[in-house]
Amino acid sequence: MTTEQKDVDTSLAAKIDTAGGATPPGIATGYEGTAADQFRAYVSRVRSGEMGMLPALGGFVVLCILFQILSPDFLSLPNIANLMTQTAFLGMLAVALVFVILIAEIDLSAGVTAGVGMAVFVQLNNGMGVNWILAFAISLAVGIVIGLFIGYFVAKVGIPSFVVTLGLFLGFQGLQLVILGDGNTYRVTEPAVTAIENSNIPPVVGWILWAIAVLVTLGTAFYDRGRRVRAGVPVRGIGLLFARVAVIAVVSGAVVFLLNLNRGNNPLFPIAGVPIVVPIVVALLWIGTQILDRTRWGIHLYAVGGNPEAARRAGINVAAIRISAFVLCSGLAIVSGLFQASQVGVVGSSFGQTDVLNGVAAAVVGGVSLFGGRGRLVQGLVGALVITAIANGLGLLALPGGINLLVTGGVLVLAATVDALSRKRAGASLARV
Amino acid sequence: MVAPYIELRDVRKGFGPVEVLKGVNLKVYPGQVSALVGDNGAGKSTLIKGLAGVQPYDSGEVLVGGEPVHLTSPKDASKLGIEVVYQDLALCENLDIVQNMFLGREEVHQGTLSNGEMEKQASSTLGSLSVRTMKSVRQKVSSLSGGQRQTVAIARAVLQQAKVVILDEPTAALGVAQTEQVLLLVRRLAEQGVGVLIISHNLADVFAVADHINVLYLGTMVAEVETKDSNRDDVVGYITGAKTFTPNLEGAAR
Repeated sequence: MTTEQKDVDTSLAAKIDTAGGATPPGIATGYEGTAADQFRAYVSRVRSGEMGMLPALGGFVVLCILFQILSPDFLSLPNIANLMTQTAFLGMLAVALVFVILIAEIDLSAGVTAGVGMAVFVQLNNGMGVNWILAFAISLAVGIVIGLFIGYFVAKVGIPSFVVTLGLFLGFQGLQLVILGDGNTYRVTEPAVTAIENSNIPPVVGWILWAIAVLVTLGTAFYDRGRRVRAGVPVRGIGLLFARVAVIAVVSGAVVFLLNLNRGNNPLFPIAGVPIVVPIVVALLWIGTQILDRTRWGIHLYAVGGNPEAARRAGINVAAIRISAFVLCSGLAIVSGLFQASQVGVVGSSFGQTDVLNGVAAAVVGGVSLFGGRGRLVQGLVGALVITAIANGLGLLALPGGINLLVTGGVLVLAATVDALSRKRAGASLARV
Repeated sequence: MVAPYIELRDVRKGFGPVEVLKGVNLKVYPGQVSALVGDNGAGKSTLIKGLAGVQPYDSGEVLVGGEPVHLTSPKDASKLGIEVVYQDLALCENLDIVQNMFLGREEVHQGTLSNGEMEKQASSTLGSLSVRTMKSVRQKVSSLSGGQRQTVAIARAVLQQAKVVILDEPTAALGVAQTEQVLLLVRRLAEQGVGVLIISHNLADVFAVADHINVLYLGTMVAEVETKDSNRDDVVGYITGAKTFTPNLEGAAR
C-alpha cells in the first residue's frame, strides 16, 4: 500500500488493492524484456487476432509449393521475374486503395481513373509528341484533381464514397472513349515507359540499390533507437535490431542475387538484373509507409478510420484527412496505370475497367480491414502477390480461364473468413478477461 | 473554504418555449469532487454542454478562476482547462493507449512523431494516477476493458493539464470491480488538485467519491449538500422532488 492512498477512503482503496494486487508497479511499454519475451508478446498479439499479413504470406508460401509441385516452371528464374513485374501494377493499385480503405471508404473508380490518366498520357505523348515525363506529370495532376473531386463529394457534401465512385466508374468509361476517340487504341511507343516493366537494371546497380536499402533500414533503426534512448524509455536489445535488419538484408539480397543470374535461353543474349519496376515500387512503398507510421497525418488517418467522432473531438480536421486519402489513392492509381500501360503496351478504351475489384481483393487478402483503421500498405502488395501468383500458376498449368476467377474468388472469401474468425477469437478472449 | 475554480451564477438555457435551466448556481472546487445528480430530464446534460462550450448558456454568469468568461466553443473550454470525458469516451479502438492520449496533439520533432517522449509522458501520467491494471502503454484500446478505457479517457484529460475534469456517467457501463477502480481514480485526480465534476445516477458511487452533492430538479438546483452531512434517503428525496432542502435546517443540525 503506497502513501498516496492513505487519505483515500480506506475501505475502497483496500478493496482495489486486493483486486489488482498481483500486478507489478509501473506500466510497461512493450519494449522491455529479452528477445524471448518480445517473441512471446508477439505470439500473444497474433493469437489475439492481430495477424496482419501472416495469413497472406502463409498462403503465398503454400501456393508456391503447390504450383511448384504441379508445374516445375513456377519457381524458375524467368517466372520469378515475371511474377514480380505482373504483381507491380496490381500491387500499386492495391496500395493506392489501402489509403481509402483505411478510412473505411472505397474508391471503385481507381481502375478507370488509371484508364483516364493513361488516355491523357498517350494522347499527349503519342498524339501531340509531348515529352513523356511532362505527359505523365499532367496525367498525375489529372489523378489529383479526380481525388479532390471524390474527396469533396464524400467529405464535404456527405455522399457515400461507394456512390460517388460508382458514378465515376460509369462516367469515366465514357471519358476514356471521349479522350481516345471511339474505338481507338494507342500503342505505347515511348521506350522509357516500355522499359519500366520490360527491362532490367544492370546487376551492379541492383547490388548498389540493395546496399542503399539495407543501409537506410539500418540507419532508421538506429535513429529510432537513439531517439528512444534520448527520451529515456526502454529500448529493445541491440541484437534484435541487427537480427531484424539482417533478415531483411538476406531475403532482399537473395531476391537480387536470383534476379541477377542469367535467365535467358540464348547464351548470346543474357537476360539478368532486377526489373526496373521493382525498385520503384519498393521506394514508393517505403515512402508511403514512413508517412503513415511517422507523421501526425498518418496517425490521424488511422484515427479517422477507427473512430471519426473521436478524431473530430480531438481537433483533427476529418474532412481534410478524407480528401487527402482520396487524392493519394487517385494519384497512385495513375502510377499503377503507367505500370500496366508499360506491361501490356497498349492503351484502349477499356483500360483499367476490370482492375479495381482485384485491387480491393488484394488489399483484403493482404489483411486490410474494409471496416477501416486496420492495415498497412505492404499488405496490399502481399495480397496482390497472392492474387497474381494464382493467375500466373494456373496459367502455367494451362487450365481454362474460368478456373482462375473461381480460385481467386475462393481465396478472397477464405482470407475474409480467416480475418473474421481471428477477430471473433479476439472478442472471445477479451470477454474472458 | 477554498475558492471555487468554476462558479455558475443564475445560468439559464431554453430551447424554444421550453426552459431547461431556470437559473442554476454551481461551484466546482479545485482538489474536490463535486457530484451533479438529478433525474432524467433535470437538465444535467444541458448544464454540462454549456460548460464544455458545446451549447452556450442563454444568460447568467460563468466565472472561471474568479474571472467572468464566455464559453462559446469547445476550444474556449479547453483553453481554460475544462475537459469533458463523455459517456461514449471517444477513443479510437484501433490505436494504442499512447496514441489515444495524445490524439490531436501529438509531439513531433523534425516532422516525425516523438514516440519515446509521448510514451514516457503517457506512462508517467498513468503512473501518477496509480494505474496499474494495464500490461503496456502500447496496448491497443480494443484489448482494454471498459474500466481501463475510462481510465485512458480520464488520463487523456489529465495529460492536457486540465484544471477541471467533467465526467459524464463514468461508471454507467462498468462492473463492480471496474467501478471501484474508476472511483479510486477520481479520488486520485482530486488529490492532484484537479476539480472533478461527476455526473452519475448511481448514488452509491456518488456517496463513495463526492465531497459535495448538487441536486438538479427540473432545471433548478434544489440542493447543495456536503456528502458527510447528508444521506441517501435525503438525496433521493431531493432528486424526486419528494423532499425540500432547507440549508438553515441542515446548518442547525450540524
